[in-house]
Amino acid sequence: MPPVQVKGEVLSMRRVGDYFALTLVAPGVAEQARPGHFVALAVGGPGSATLLRRAFSIYRVQERGVYGGTVEIIFAAHGAGTQWMSKLQPHDPVDVVGPVGRPFALPKETVSTTLVGGGYGSAPLFSLAEQLRSRGCRVDFVIGAATEAKLFGALEAKRMSQSVAITTEDGSVGERGRISDVLPGLLQRNESDVVYACGPMGMLRAVADIARAYGAHSQVAVEESMACGIGVCMTCVLPVIGEDGSTRMVRSCVEGPVFNGDSVRWDALGTVPADAIGAPVGGH
Amino acid sequence: MTRMRITTAPELTRTLPEVDMSTSLGSFVLPDPVLTASGCAAAGRELDPFVDLSAIGAVVTKSIMLKPRSGRATPRMAETPSGMLNSIGLQGPGVDAFVEKDLAWLRQRGARAVVSIAGGSVDEYIRLATRLRAVDGISAIEVNISCPNVEDRGQVFACDPAAAAAVVHAVRRATQTAIPVLAKLSPDVTDIVAVARSVVDAGADGLSLINTLLGMVIDPVTMRPTLAGVTGGLSGPAIRPVAVRCVWQVHAEMPDVPILGMGGIRTGLDALEFILAGASAVSVGTVVFNDPSAPARVSHELDEALAERGFTRLADAVGYAHRAAEVVPGSAVAAAPTGDDAAESAGTEG
Repeated sequence: MPPVQVKGEVLSMRRVGDYFALTLVAPGVAEQARPGHFVALAVGGPGSATLLRRAFSIYRVQERGVYGGTVEIIFAAHGAGTQWMSKLQPHDPVDVVGPVGRPFALPKETVSTTLVGGGYGSAPLFSLAEQLRSRGCRVDFVIGAATEAKLFGALEAKRMSQSVAITTEDGSVGERGRISDVLPGLLQRNESDVVYACGPMGMLRAVADIARAYGAHSQVAVEESMACGIGVCMTCVLPVIGEDGSTRMVRSCVEGPVFNGDSVRWDALGTVPADAIGAPVGGH
Repeated sequence: MTRMRITTAPELTRTLPEVDMSTSLGSFVLPDPVLTASGCAAAGRELDPFVDLSAIGAVVTKSIMLKPRSGRATPRMAETPSGMLNSIGLQGPGVDAFVEKDLAWLRQRGARAVVSIAGGSVDEYIRLATRLRAVDGISAIEVNISCPNVEDRGQVFACDPAAAAAVVHAVRRATQTAIPVLAKLSPDVTDIVAVARSVVDAGADGLSLINTLLGMVIDPVTMRPTLAGVTGGLSGPAIRPVAVRCVWQVHAEMPDVPILGMGGIRTGLDALEFILAGASAVSVGTVVFNDPSAPARVSHELDEALAERGFTRLADAVGYAHRAAEVVPGSAVAAAPTGDDAAESAGTEG
């Protein structure tokens, strides 16, 4: 189903640690959303000087609320657009495009899965966990962040999984360190077949490497800055190996944000590898 | 300024005249004056969920080159006040895949296609135009000449009237006579009228005004250029006054040359400015990133704006701002506004 553009309306806004949870009434978006899909929001209101759409993975949806379908996202107010968003009030209008992107691929068999979320990157993993569990899959969680206030969804993760491992870099809760410190042991213990991950690029690279080393398949939802979210601006590209073995600069908005961890050229992020199709000879 | 709304509530219904929105760019007749802009709509397909592509004027496709091209490294984009910088590097599938997949899809979808072409040498432009000559379903060719000329130390074609003319002349010769060739000019020149005259003399059937302005942003954290490509093209509402000025200057000197106006168009009133300055049609570019349904919305708003001003044909409004100021005794409205008060009262925020 193609994405829709709707005049959404703020239903609620709440603080969650260092983050904001924004629920929007966005009819037509919720009904189509799958775990890993995102929405692209226009920010700043009509006549805004910040034109570019902001992309957020969908935390959860409610298909038929009292007000119609709703979509909830988690964000950190760290830039001009998200600061504007953090001041939104119930009933404020927000233009929503979604659902966009390729969602997480679900296994056909009942496999053991580990879900890895860094910071508010864990947001899309809870609806994924629900779907995996309804298919009889084992679900284990690893949630990590710099500090306790930057963890998202630890309690919720506990409710819907066999186990939850928590890491913080300052040791304020869980194990002191990074997700990559605990992941190898967990993959071994849980005999994970598939690792799903969402979070900062450095974390995703580590997760993909560890998964490969332990014989697990990985699916990662990448975070690249986007201008449009719908595949027309060509700014959110990264080097990805296709089924034919060739590397292409692909758009993370429409060909991602979920990629097989093994298909991303992690060593070449931020560059155009010389063997990519159409790579410049002497620079474009 | 509050835009008047037409509602269906009986007590508020206003009878506005029907406006004939059809227009033309040379021999290309369009039922609607709003097009997409090259590089801002890919090859149209991604906008299909948001806009009836067969109803808008045309889809102007992202500049295509002979061979597949990866484009530049990231970051390719930086947000700027009311605009953005981009440095994509003409990523694209190459002309063969474009014709087989993208153009075929547009034709099947019933959309008019204006094909933008880009090359690094006159010969490359000729080979592109020759390749497209045999292809059905092209309404016009737009020549993106804001590319470095590899045979002239990377000097941009559009910044040199002679080089710009050489490309346009070659593309015009290689293209079917019935298909108009539009030259897309860069505003980064001392005298855009001189470049316009040069490409029109070389055979351009119309002009696309304007391409992006060269700009740059430095990241205060890293204290290095934000874009991997260092410089990028500035687009969006921030450049609109520059674009309107270019359309005005060129139309004033060459009123018979059709102009496709673009540069920061966000609303119907923005589009109206370009029409009044002398554009026969407009492209909506960067604003599509903000509002993917913008081409249809701008068309609707322009239609309304023309009707409110008593126009029954879009064609009658083309260049209307160039008419001599009428002096109506006792009326301040008809006189050209001057001074600070006038500037304030002419606020444009919708």
